[in-house]
Amino acid sequence: MMEKMIFGRYIPVDSPLHKMDSRAKLLTIIIFIAIVFFANNVITYSLLGLFTLLAILSSNIPIKFLFNGLKFLFWIILFTFLLHIFFTKEGDIIFKLGFITIYEYGLRQAIFISLRFFFLILVTSLLTLTTTPIEITDGIESLLKPLKKVKFPVHELALMMSIALRFIPTLMDETDKIMKAQMARGVDFSEGSLKERASAVVPLLIPLFINAFKRAEELATAMEARGYRGGEGRTKYRLLKWGKIDTIVMLLLLLVTVLLILFRS
Amino acid sequence: MVKEIVQFKDVSFKYEKGAPYALDHVNFSVYEGEWLAIVGHNGSGKSTIAKLMNGLIFPQAGSISVDGREIAEETVWDVRDMVGMVFQNPDNQFVGTTVQDDVAFGLENHGIPREDMVARVHDSLKKVKMNEFLDQEPHHLSGGQKQRVAIASVLALRPKIIILDEATSMLDPRGRSEVLDTVRELKSNNNLTIISITHDLEEAVKADRLLVMNRGTVYREGTPSDIFLMDEELMKLGLDIPFTQKLIKRMREQGFHVPEEILQEDKLVDYVWRLTQEI
Repeated sequence: MMEKMIFGRYIPVDSPLHKMDSRAKLLTIIIFIAIVFFANNVITYSLLGLFTLLAILSSNIPIKFLFNGLKFLFWIILFTFLLHIFFTKEGDIIFKLGFITIYEYGLRQAIFISLRFFFLILVTSLLTLTTTPIEITDGIESLLKPLKKVKFPVHELALMMSIALRFIPTLMDETDKIMKAQMARGVDFSEGSLKERASAVVPLLIPLFINAFKRAEELATAMEARGYRGGEGRTKYRLLKWGKIDTIVMLLLLLVTVLLILFRS
Repeated sequence: MVKEIVQFKDVSFKYEKGAPYALDHVNFSVYEGEWLAIVGHNGSGKSTIAKLMNGLIFPQAGSISVDGREIAEETVWDVRDMVGMVFQNPDNQFVGTTVQDDVAFGLENHGIPREDMVARVHDSLKKVKMNEFLDQEPHHLSGGQKQRVAIASVLALRPKIIILDEATSMLDPRGRSEVLDTVRELKSNNNLTIISITHDLEEAVKADRLLVMNRGTVYREGTPSDIFLMDEELMKLGLDIPFTQKLIKRMREQGFHVPEEILQEDKLVDYVWRLTQEI
């Protein structure tokens, strides 16, 4: 199941979206999330749909692959769809069968809210699919830079993020190893009541935590030995480049926003 | 006269008040361009020496100087520029998300301009033969490869001294020889001083000089051939002698007069070959 799930993974293919600056992508997503809520009629929703479709097409990620990977999220959409359709009681009745009554406004609302979800999930997952974690970190650091003026520790946050990202696979491996080691000693992780399962996690969590502390200490020593003294006076190896495509995307997004505001009813 | 690059003068150190001394009045020098191996059992104070040399901890008594500069709070960053350290665990010293980010980390800390940085990253990765792994993530690399990246990131800072703090102890035999060969090649090409801390005496045979630590004191100092003559005494210190040494010892017991300067396998092979010629 884990192999099929693509939410939060990075797919290295060559595409215009992959080449975009991570700052532009982050900004696009923030703005997109905001304007999704402006849409309230057919024209505005099709506008958003067009934008989403364009984004997917320019990511060069096979649509089938994308939908397969996001399958489990569509269940959530279906759930909200059903909630809306059955519990909104406004407008004309369009369908009635036994205790099920569907109202016109309910159907409308259900379709629109689901579409909203659908667009949001697609666009946000495109971010992680086309951007490496380190690029996202760099982008966030760069976008948060103005906050330095109010003494927000931007560099520290970015460093913590990149170290956290770098250690995810290492800690996953370790979890797996500890789990197998404890299973070899007779700990059962997959059976028993809720309480038994919860207590089975203890021999997994404690060594994991202790090891994490040890790792942190060793890493700090190694960083210090390599001359790390905090954010002051550091240069950056990674370079963010704002290209033509980034400007085009931002302009396109601006156009969509303006049209959305104009056409919303 | 060879220059002394590191000097320990009467250094004492303990980790906590009331605890026994981890190092007790230690005196020794390291000379420029040599390969010094510090050996000893667990808890003999080897790793403490490494940390003291880099100013990660400070001694309670005595003084340490690196390239003529005494280590103190004010000079510690200059000293760290001169001394690079490779630690034991390949995973826990990898800071960057990818190989090139990790090598660049030290350079970023020193405020090196970007163009310079790119050249240095590529150069030092080439020197450890890891230049094809630029964008590789650490969890895809083997232990030996990670240690070579660690060496590259130390190398990029152009230190005069590289300390290997049990850098090969978590590696398999192949990874170990890969790393040691890399270090040896770098040493001869860049005029580096290498201080390797180890309890693997096979590794120590190839050093220029050995320092045997026991319970926080320098027990013995000398060339590998001097040290391996100690034989039984070494075993008592909790150290094992290398295979070649054991073989030579057995041969001597059988009545062969193996010369004392023979330490390594290839020389022993030569000697045995000459012996068979005589017969």
